[in-house]
Formats: sequence, C-alpha cells, structure tokens
Amino acid sequence: MTKNVKRLKSEQTYAYALISPSVVIVLGIIIAPMLATLVYTMLNNNMLSGHYGEFSGLSFFKEVLTSHEFGSDLFRTLYFTIVSTFIETGLGLAIALLLNEKFPGVGILRCIIIIPWAIPTVVNGSLWKLIFNGQYGVFNALLLNAGLINQYESWLGDPKLAMLMIIIADSWKMTPLAVIFFLAALQGINADTYEAARVDGAGPFRRFYYLTLPYLAPTAMIIIVMRTVEKFKAFDIFYLMTRGGPANATKTLMYSTYLEAFTNLNYSTAAVYAYLTALIVAVLTLIYVRMMKRGELNG
Amino acid sequence: MKKLLSILLVLVLVFSFAACGSTSTETDSDSVELNALFMKQAGYSEEDVTAMTEAFTEETGIKVNLNFVAYEELEAKILTSAETGGYDVILGDCIWPAQFAKAGLVLDVTDRVKELDTDDIFEGAMQSCSYEGKYYGLPWLNDVKYMFVNKAMLEKAGITELPATWDELRADAKILKDKGIVEYPMVGCWSQAECLICDYTCIAGGFGGDFVDADNNPTMNSPENIAALQMMSDMLNEGLVNPKSLEMIEDDVLSTFAAGNAAFAINWTYQYNSMNDEAASSVVGDGVIMPIPGTDKAKSATVNGGMPLMITKGSAHPDEAWQYMTYISSKEVQAKYSANALPMWKSLYTEDSVIEAAGKEVVEASLVQYDYIKNRPMVPYYNELSTFMQTAIQKVLLGQDTAEAALNAIQDKALELAAK
Amino acid sequence: MAKAALHEKKFKGVYVLYIILGIIVAIGVLAPVAWMFITSIMYPKDLTAATLKLIPDETTFSRYVEVFSSERTSDPAYIFRVALKNSTIIAICVTVVALIFGTFASYAFARLRFRGRGSMMMLILFTYMLPPVALVIPLYKIFNQLHLLDSKFGLIIMYLSFILPFIIWSMQGFFGSISKYYEEAAAIDGASRIQILWYIFFPIARPGAIATGILAFLMSWDEFFYSLVFTSSLNAKTIPLAIAEFNGKFTIDYGMISVAGIIGSLIPVLIAIIFQKYIVMGMSAGGVKE
Repeated sequence: MTKNVKRLKSEQTYAYALISPSVVIVLGIIIAPMLATLVYTMLNNNMLSGHYGEFSGLSFFKEVLTSHEFGSDLFRTLYFTIVSTFIETGLGLAIALLLNEKFPGVGILRCIIIIPWAIPTVVNGSLWKLIFNGQYGVFNALLLNAGLINQYESWLGDPKLAMLMIIIADSWKMTPLAVIFFLAALQGINADTYEAARVDGAGPFRRFYYLTLPYLAPTAMIIIVMRTVEKFKAFDIFYLMTRGGPANATKTLMYSTYLEAFTNLNYSTAAVYAYLTALIVAVLTLIYVRMMKRGELNG
Repeated sequence: MKKLLSILLVLVLVFSFAACGSTSTETDSDSVELNALFMKQAGYSEEDVTAMTEAFTEETGIKVNLNFVAYEELEAKILTSAETGGYDVILGDCIWPAQFAKAGLVLDVTDRVKELDTDDIFEGAMQSCSYEGKYYGLPWLNDVKYMFVNKAMLEKAGITELPATWDELRADAKILKDKGIVEYPMVGCWSQAECLICDYTCIAGGFGGDFVDADNNPTMNSPENIAALQMMSDMLNEGLVNPKSLEMIEDDVLSTFAAGNAAFAINWTYQYNSMNDEAASSVVGDGVIMPIPGTDKAKSATVNGGMPLMITKGSAHPDEAWQYMTYISSKEVQAKYSANALPMWKSLYTEDSVIEAAGKEVVEASLVQYDYIKNRPMVPYYNELSTFMQTAIQKVLLGQDTAEAALNAIQDKALELAAK
Repeated sequence: MAKAALHEKKFKGVYVLYIILGIIVAIGVLAPVAWMFITSIMYPKDLTAATLKLIPDETTFSRYVEVFSSERTSDPAYIFRVALKNSTIIAICVTVVALIFGTFASYAFARLRFRGRGSMMMLILFTYMLPPVALVIPLYKIFNQLHLLDSKFGLIIMYLSFILPFIIWSMQGFFGSISKYYEEAAAIDGASRIQILWYIFFPIARPGAIATGILAFLMSWDEFFYSLVFTSSLNAKTIPLAIAEFNGKFTIDYGMISVAGIIGSLIPVLIAIIFQKYIVMGMSAGGVKE
C-alpha cells in the first residue's frame, strides 16, 4: 500500500467518524418512515377502500397524475411559491440596498427589520388572520378610512384574493431573511472598485447594474433555492389562515396531502402527493444548482 | 458505496430491534391506567372533565390520564394513535364513527350498548354512533343548532311574532333591512369548513330534504335540497345574509350577533350564554333562542353536533375504558354538570336541577328542537364528501355555479365515493 | 467650491429620501406587531365592535396578568407558561446538538474525500425535501414503540432530523470557502486532523456557526406539525401548539392569541436582535456561497 492510498483511507475513516452522528440521527429517524411511505404508494393504504392492503402498483400515481385536482393544486402551489419568492427577493434586495446606505436611524432600522422573521409562524398566521378579518379587521378599517374601499371586504373569503393575502402574510415574515442575506453579501463588495467606477463616470444605475447586481446574483440564487424548498413544503400558514378555502382557492399540494391523509384516511394518495412534491422540489433545486454553476463559469 | 449501504442496514436493524424490544411493557402493574383524549373549550370544561374523572378514579381505582387538545387537532391525533392504542378512550365528532368503524380504528360496542337504557337517549345522538347496524361509540357531549333572534330589533321594526318558517323569516329580514334597522339581518357560518355543512343540513332539513335515504344511498340533488341552497344563495344576493358569512365560523357568527349586527343567527347552544355575557356582548337580554324555522314540508330541522366517546382498536383495556365511558355519561354525572352541556338523557329534561342549571329558555327550546334532529350522512366517506360539498356549495354562494348544477355534481361525487 | 456645495445639497436630498423610505419600511415592519399588542390589551367587546377604533378608549393588561399568575393546570394561560419552558429547553438542546454534529458533518462533506460523499449528501438533502405531513403516520408508530411520544427528548431528536440537514447544507458553504492554504500550512507544521479542525476551521467558521445556530433555534421554536402530532400533555407541549389551542371548536380568542403571540415571540425576537450583527457577519463569511 502506498502512502497516498493509506492517507486517503485514514481520511475516509475520519470523515465517516465526523458524519456518523448526523447520519445516524437523520437517517435513523427518517429512513424507516420514508420507506414506509414509499411502500404506501404501491400498496393500497386507503383505509376506507375495499381493496385495503392489496398491491396496487403505480395505479395511485396514475390516478393522482391524471386528476384535475393535482394539476390545480400544483398550479396554486407554484403561484404561491413564485409570487412570494419574487416579492421576498425583490423587496429584500431593495430594503437591503437602503439599509446598506448611511443615514440617521439606519442602525435602528437594521435592528428591527429582523423582527418579523423571528415571529413564529403560528403567531404570524393568527396575526394576519385577525388583520384581514372581514368583520372587524384593522386592514378594512384602514382602507375604509383612507377612502380606498366603500365597505368592509372579505379578504380571506374571496377566492380571488385569499391566496394573495396569504402571500402578503408569508412575505411579511420572510422578506427580512432575504434582507439579511443581501446585506451580508453587500458588505463584501469592494469599495475601491466602486470608487474607480465612479471616477470613470459610471452613474449610480450603471454601477448598480454592472457591479452590484452580478455580485448579488449568487446570493439571490441561494435565497430563491431555499425559499422554493420551504414554500413547497409550507403547510402551517394555510392550516392556520384558510384551511384550503374559500372554494379551494388556497389548497396547495401540501394541504391536499394533509387532507388525503388526515380526513380521507387515504395514506396511499397522500404518500403519492408527498413523493411527487419532493421530486418536484428536488428537480427544481437541481435546475437551480445547474444554473448557478453555469453562471459561475460564465462569470 | 458498500460501506454506505452497510451503515444504513445496521441503522435500520438497530431501530427495528429497539422497536421490537420494547413492546411488552406495562403489564406488571396491578392497577389499570387509561389514557383518554378530550377536547378543549367547548361543552364541558376541563375542570368538569377532571372532576368527573377524579370521582371515577375514587370509585373504581382506575387511573385515567386526561389529554385535552383543540378540536381541530383531535382527528390528526386519533388517526396517528388509534392503531397503537396511544389513547384508550377518545372523544370524536359525531360525523366520524362510520369512517373510524370502516377503517377499523375503533371497537364495536354493540353488545355493551345494549345493556344501557338506550330508549332514554335522544335517538339522533344514538344514531350518530351507528354504522351498518352496529354501534361504535357512546354519545356524551350533546349539542344541536338553534335559531337565535334579536327580539329587540324585531320589536323596533314592529314585528311581534317570531318567524316559524323560512318564508316568514325572509319577510322579516326584508323589513329589517328596508327600515335600516340592521344592514344584514341574518348571519351564518358559511366559510369553507364543516360549519357550512351544518348550517346547510339545518336549512335543507327544514325544506324536507335529506342527504341520504334510509339505506345510506345519496340523495343530494333532491328538489328540496336544491330549493334550500337556492334560498341561501338568494338571501345572500338580496343582502339579507351578511356576505362576510362566507368566511365565518361559529364564533364570528356569535360576535356579529353579540355586536348587534344581526337579527338572526344559526348557532350552537353556547351562543346563549355568550350573547348574555356583559363582558363580550352588547345585546344582553335582547336575544332569544328558538327552534330553527321550517317550511310546510317540515316544521323544523337542526343538525346533530354531538360528540361521542369511542374505544380505540389498540386499547389494551377495553373493559375499563367502557366502564369509564359509561360513568362519565351516566345520568347522575350528566345531571350534575348540565350547566355547560345539555344531557343526552331525555328523562333529565324535566328535572328541576337540570332546568335551573341549563336555563329554562334553553331547555324549552331544546325539548322542541331535539325532535327534529338530522344527522349528516353516516357514511365512511363522509369527510371526503364534506370537503367536496363545502367547495361546491361555496361556489353557489359566490355566484360561480347554480344550485342545481352544484348539487348534481355533489350527487355524482357521493355516488363515486360510495362505489370506491 | 460651487461644485462641492452642489454635491452637499444633492447629498442632503438623498438623505431625506432615505429617511422617508426608512420610515416606510419601519412602519411596514412594526405596524402589524403594534396591532398585535393593541389587540392584546383591548377589551373583547371593542375587539369585535362594528366600528373599529385604532386606539381603544379603555385598555386592560388582565390577560398578561392571567398568563403569569394562573395556577389552574387546565387554564390555557397556565399551559402556555409551561409550553414556554418546554420550547426553551427543546430549542436550546436542538441548537447545541445540531451545531456540534452539524459542524462535524458539514466539515467532512466540504473538505474531506470519502466514498459515498455525493450520494450521502443527496440522500440527506432529499429527506429534507420530503414533507413532514406524509411522514408522521409511520413515524408515530415508531415513536410509540420506542416510547418517545409526548416527551421532550422525542421532539428534540425529531427536530434534529430536519434541522441537521439544513445546517449541513448551509454550513458546508462556510467550510468550502475557507482557503486550502491554512490547512496545508498547518499540516506542514505537523498539526493533526483534529487540531486542524479545532484550531483552524472552528475559529474561522464561528460567525457562520452563530448565524446557523440562530436559524436552528428559530426553526425549532417555530415547528408546529410534529409538535401537534407527537405531544399530548404538558410534558412536551410547545409554544406554537399552545397558541393554536386558543382556537376552540367554535371560538377564536384573538385577545389571548395576541398576548401569547407577543410573549411567545419575545425570546426569538430578542435573540435575533442581539445576534443580528453575527447573523449578517456569518452570512457574509461565505455561508451563502454554495
């Protein structure tokens, strides 16, 4: 055995030792239910079905994939994910640029910006549900006082608006995270390059477009990837605010999974939903990572 | 890669061994301990249940661990735990026994029920525990919906008589609206939730409609059901029903009524106490409780909102569990705690102590109302049907669909689910 | 001279603009929180009144008093207090364990070569993408067998199972961004692997670790669904669950929810504000690179 191979061997043992506690905990807890759920997708686990326990092959996948429900659930999930991620990233960037400047009070602003993010989702959901309440919500009172509406609107009761309201609630909580990420990235920008560009006569917009934006692109990508995964998995906020209503306007993939498992007792369909969701998220993540790598090579 | 696989394999093995190794415990203790799952904040209070249970333990020596969770969380907890017997006794909604029975989550208690004086229990309540001729639970928490009327508003409008039919109620509502006494005379909990189906059951029942026939075959698109839904939609369009009803649950109905923003409200018994509570209501003394109106086809109809007790399939102590259930639902115990929930025993309604505790007006209204109880369909697929119904009915109320088309779709869905 | 004055003037103009924008942001952030506070001190009648007053005529702190003084074990206020303790214990344990194990693992994934590295990483990440809603039913059976239900310990390892992958994923970036030069120099000086990890990597990764630790703390404080399914008594009930329990079968007690929301947010908000500097520092240290 050459010395090099030996070194590699010992490095490997060392690595296994380092990762084993995490691997034991994560896989020890998740692998069995993960496999069980996989079995559910192919073995009829609809507790109310006459075929309970029978092998069903891919029929549950077929049933879900050909149903209108799945398509519209996916559409609503994408709508929620794309719009709220867009708001969070865009608004987050704008606020971060503001907070990166020096002006009186910016220190305090940097401190308080983090507050919404630290508020638990359960509190956030209840808070916005109260604010948007159609009977005595403060949102209605404010808009009415400002003359923007003639009478109290039923924000969470209107199928066209409900999802948007949830997006507002969720973005309010999560935009600060994007702000922090961008703020962190902005601190790494080299001030000298900026000064040089300014001396060369580049205006603020050109500087922003050619210097700041490319520099922030990887950060934006990270935020988008992280948020996409989380948004696809979002359940609490829907459970708390609308429970999928009105008229299914806020029924996402995750909420359907919950409904199938916990009100229809159909674990098979729920498992199919879960695996399809995870697959979609995994594929999206892979695409993002590819894009990121390509971007790095080009840049 | 091999190493990775072997690590995984060992992991799985370790966990499964650990799982097998720890199954047979808790057998050596001489006194039996039960775990029971209850609900927070509706009907009997936690203090009531705790006191009932303590008395039971004193009498029998059987210890009962009580767990209280929010209503919304009951089902998730029951489903995850029923097979393993995490809880012996569970409190469930009256729409669940059929589903739980079919899924094999709860025990058949038919023989045990026969030992009780079931003739003295309200038929509607007993019925809700049955599925295919067998009993799977025992009624405990008793509740139905009533019509609450702000009498002061009616008097202001010069209306002296309470409406007995939907036509009368609608006419009264029109007068109240035209005279500007209240902007939206009626309010209901019509959000996409079970409460929408509850209200619809009451109204459809008042029109003489049923959701299933005697053999549990769906009859969702009967003319009566269509007429009832049509009326709900019309009243919304005419501004006689508060449009915010579409996002309301029971408590919003109560607070609307208590704030003096409604003359008519369909709600559960609990509204009676709350609307007369100085701290939360500005209409104290104005509201009356009465049976829900009907039509020429049915005098009245209400929906069963009771909650039965059940024994889980995984329970290691079904006998003790039954003993506990019968104790806390006995006449003596129910009579003692009738201030917070009406008893399920008919004979108790004439007892002075019960009348005094529950309130004379409530007992009088319920004696009439209990004769007109409708159960929501006692079919295993009810939950899925209900979710579909909520959406379809809301579409009608939002003006996106006609009553007939929606109920036809619901009928098709019901047939499809029944055939599954 | 004139040019400088013009510059200064322009500068002031920008200042004013910044301050105005800053005020808008501050209102956007604080107004909902302020409303939660106002709700928490309103009388129930005013809360549901037809015409809402933004500043109530009368206020009451009785709900706060209730939360901190209630001795009835069935009282939601009492339960909330116990949940506050449970959540704190659970979040601290999860954070500490996740940081220690997570740092080890992410270092290995980022800096060491070993067989199965890629596939193991993929597997761990995939578990993170699977939604908990679908896993809880089999999980419940396993936890029941292991007698881990309704215990703080059970929840701690449950939370670790999704927080660890997150930590490994994000901490990898910190370690990946550290120059190889340090490592090689130390190796030449005869430092052992453990010494390299301890003396070279840990200090450099510290800001990143603090940032990630705070994320872990907040994630475990926030978790709702597992807590809902796996706890039943005061043994392990957490804050989100206790708050959700102010929703009755037919009722929502917005006043109490607001009080609980204010108190339940206090700890994470304070932590976030205190460590805010570290979070920004940690992220810029390279945690967001990969």
